[in-house]
Amino acid sequence: MNKQDMTKPVFSAQDVTKVYRSGDVEVHALRGVSLELFEGEMAVLLGPSGSGKSTFLNIMGGLDQATRGTVRFRDLELTACSESQLTRYRRNHVGFVFQFYNLIPSLTAWENVSLVTEIARDPMDPGEALELVGLKERMQHFPAQLSGGEQQRVAIARAIAKKPEVLLCDEPTGALDSKTGIFVLEALSRINRELGTTTALITHNAGIQRIAHRVFSFLDGRIAETRVNETRIEPADVTW
Amino acid sequence: MSPGSFLGTLDRKLLRDLARIWSQSLAIALVMACGVATLIIALGAYRALEETRSAFYDRYRFAHVFASVTRAPLNLRAAIAGLDGVSGVELRIVRPAVLDMQGMAEPATGVVVSIPDVGEPAVNRLYIRSGRLPSAVRRGEVAVSESFATAHRMEPGSTFSALIDGRKQTLTVTGIVLSPEYIYALAPGDMVPDQRRFGVFFMPRTVLAGIAEMDGAFNDVALRVRRDAKPAQIIDALDDLLRPYGGRGAYERADQMSHAFLDNELVQLRASAIVVPPIFLFVSAFLVNMILSRMIALEREQIGLLKALGYGRAAIAGHYAKLVVLICLCGVMLGFAAGNWLGFGLTRLYARFFSFPFLIFPQNADLYLISAGITVAAALAGATRAIWGVVALPAAVAMRAPAPTRYRSVLAGGRLLHLLFSQLTVMALRHLFRWPARSALTTLGTSLSVALLVTALFSFDSVDFMVDTVFSRTERQHATLTFGNDRSPRALQSVEKLPGVLRAEPFRATAVKLRNKNHERRMSILGLPAQTDLQRILDLDLQPVRLPERGLLVSERVADVLKLGLGDRVEVGLLEHGGRSVFVPVTSIVQSYVGLTAVMDIGALDRLIGDGRRISGAYILADSSKLETLYRAVKQTPAIAGIALKEISRSRFRETIGENISIMMSVYVGLAAIITFGVVYNSARIQFSERAREFASLRVLGFTRAEVSAVLVIELALIVLAAQPLGWLLGYGFAWLVVEGSQSDLFRIPFIIETSTFAVASLVVLGVAAISVLFVQQRVNRLDMVRVLKTRE
Repeated sequence: MNKQDMTKPVFSAQDVTKVYRSGDVEVHALRGVSLELFEGEMAVLLGPSGSGKSTFLNIMGGLDQATRGTVRFRDLELTACSESQLTRYRRNHVGFVFQFYNLIPSLTAWENVSLVTEIARDPMDPGEALELVGLKERMQHFPAQLSGGEQQRVAIARAIAKKPEVLLCDEPTGALDSKTGIFVLEALSRINRELGTTTALITHNAGIQRIAHRVFSFLDGRIAETRVNETRIEPADVTW
Repeated sequence: MSPGSFLGTLDRKLLRDLARIWSQSLAIALVMACGVATLIIALGAYRALEETRSAFYDRYRFAHVFASVTRAPLNLRAAIAGLDGVSGVELRIVRPAVLDMQGMAEPATGVVVSIPDVGEPAVNRLYIRSGRLPSAVRRGEVAVSESFATAHRMEPGSTFSALIDGRKQTLTVTGIVLSPEYIYALAPGDMVPDQRRFGVFFMPRTVLAGIAEMDGAFNDVALRVRRDAKPAQIIDALDDLLRPYGGRGAYERADQMSHAFLDNELVQLRASAIVVPPIFLFVSAFLVNMILSRMIALEREQIGLLKALGYGRAAIAGHYAKLVVLICLCGVMLGFAAGNWLGFGLTRLYARFFSFPFLIFPQNADLYLISAGITVAAALAGATRAIWGVVALPAAVAMRAPAPTRYRSVLAGGRLLHLLFSQLTVMALRHLFRWPARSALTTLGTSLSVALLVTALFSFDSVDFMVDTVFSRTERQHATLTFGNDRSPRALQSVEKLPGVLRAEPFRATAVKLRNKNHERRMSILGLPAQTDLQRILDLDLQPVRLPERGLLVSERVADVLKLGLGDRVEVGLLEHGGRSVFVPVTSIVQSYVGLTAVMDIGALDRLIGDGRRISGAYILADSSKLETLYRAVKQTPAIAGIALKEISRSRFRETIGENISIMMSVYVGLAAIITFGVVYNSARIQFSERAREFASLRVLGFTRAEVSAVLVIELALIVLAAQPLGWLLGYGFAWLVVEGSQSDLFRIPFIIETSTFAVASLVVLGVAAISVLFVQQRVNRLDMVRVLKTRE
């Protein structure tokens, strides 16, 4: 990532708050979060449970709406979008990876990926995407025939097959052992490097933060600390 | 008192579970309610009719054996009463009448039956609704059947005029009565009772004998027999006694018109009680199985926990069984309410066709118990597998999440598949084939609603066919005139001279007993001119038949019951005219839907009877603009004993059928809608529950709500569409069973199902299915992506 890229924010969030109402109780999930993510950047969102990082990721991904504040993806103001605009936004620009894979059990690995390539504007070949995550050999397997790590890599292939501008990963290694987790991180890191996809990655695991360009630490719905990694490490060197 | 003090914790969970799945439970309860209600309606009405009939018969001493005769002396009484087994004898005069009713241009017809001058008849007693029986010393007094009196707003004191045996009488109503002999009173030539145009009248014997010139004679016998008597022997002996006097052959209750129609109705009610409720029971058992399996799958971990906490297998099995029983109770209560309400409606409907002095509703406690019992039993049977799965699961295994659903590689990999279908369609197809038994049962359940509709609606096609095609092709006359006695063919010229008559064709009818080996039936042989045109005879392909000079034409029904084939010689026993027996060859088997039909050339019939050329009446074609004049003339013509107005019969029939159509349509559309909704709504809900996570994933991936709903819709649409041909097939089969089951000597229903019936059945089911899916689609739209994806499967 060069200096020039850093001047073009892909995301910019201004004073974002999110309040859930649950009966008479108000839950303040976000209490004024502002940040910018840049082209090709890999960011890690770190923090304890309930610190607001997932809520923030969901708002960036167009899965949820902010209560106040603005979130922009390039020129698109997500906080002003309708439901169908957000659907279009997710379809065309965003790739998601979740802790629990969320593959379609009735579709094979290849079909899970082509689910997305069928509706994307300029997708890569599903086989190519699976090759990027090292699963070319197991394309015709159903999710139930794959290990957890393999399933997560199919999920990553599915997320990147549309060549998204952003990849949002919520605890992608949360359900995996260290060896498989490293495998998944390597896939994410390779995509970030080779395709220049802006990547935001939530994790509980403090060891993972060192693979990122920047680290945002969430606490009580705010960003408590922003840190730039002067030297990044390779996923293989992450200690679990 | 807190709820905990009388409800166990598990029971509280149960109530909350039920509240949570209330809409699915209600859909199932409604299906159960239909089963209970249809059972109560059909069996309840069956019992009410049966009990009412038997009470009326017993209390009013309805006869067991009937006979009519041309004219026999009253001194036969001792001989008849002396027959072994006879316990009551009534020798009566029965005469036809043509009536001139106020406000009615067309003539009404009726029969006048004699009653003893003093005291009550020994058999066929009358129930007096109002007024009194007519007096023998005052001329012109008459008691009138209730339905006719009601149709003409007659009260004791009303007067009207009638033509009896060629004599015009002014009659005064003294009482309104009901007779067990005329519960179903059908005018000759009619297909449904027309209370306005047909009445039964009762006159003291002496008075009627005076009018009919029957002093010291009778022409009708009604007998009651002892319980241990053998009616067949009494009939033979009675025939022997009456033969010299023109006896037309005695017969049992089974051949008595009113009784036979009631029997027919009872058979149909019982058949519907056997056929319809099991459909609902089957569907509800399947639905219970479906939702309980899903519920148990979702509560797997809770079940493991309960086991770990020390709850026994019986307690857990009982917990889910109670849920099923609670749903059943809702269904049963709804069914009781609907069954009572609709049962009352049905009985009222019957009251329009059958004249009973009272209605007896037997205690139906057992019926309620039985219907509740089998509903619960069927539902528990449906639940067994799901519950057994819970019981058998070890606690430690139960607490682990189930292994992910394995899909077989049905449709996997093939290039063609991906060329033809989107991944969304592939998802729907694979899910469909993943649970083949469930998909098949869902299809079957939906197809049953199609079948139910086809079975209910086809009868109108058959009736329509009967009325439109056959009657307009066979009975082309406006009216049938019947003479009091057979007359010379010159009488036809008098008929032709009646005002407005364009054409007249003669007929002759005589009562016979047809016998082939040990099969025999009483009926009439109809003699028609060879070139008959007003009353045409159609072959089995519905083409007009030219009557051959010799030989007998019999309807399919007659050929069936007497086991007759073409060319067979059938024994014709003449019941009038001396009672000879002759063998006649069967030259043709013809189509006829009403009654038992045997036809021959009128000349051949004359030769068979051997009393020269005679005619019994005439078919006429009239100028429609001169009908009123014609009617007036008929009312004044002494020789005419009866007139059957075909046009009016037809339109009256159509009107009645039309009313029935709208009632039946709404009832059966309602029933089919409930089945369809129950099946489709529950499968959609379960599919949604099983696939919420997939749907949420699709939404996250950028699929629109409509695209995600499509996955749900495609699978259900395939099921519902596959159910259509299956439903048509099942409906066709059920309809065939109905036709076969309802064949009787009174009616033969043609088996006709129009394409439009299949279409209507399918449209109703498709419409309800679409609405059911819409309900569930709302849930796809409200899907909370974040929450679904954050939870472990």
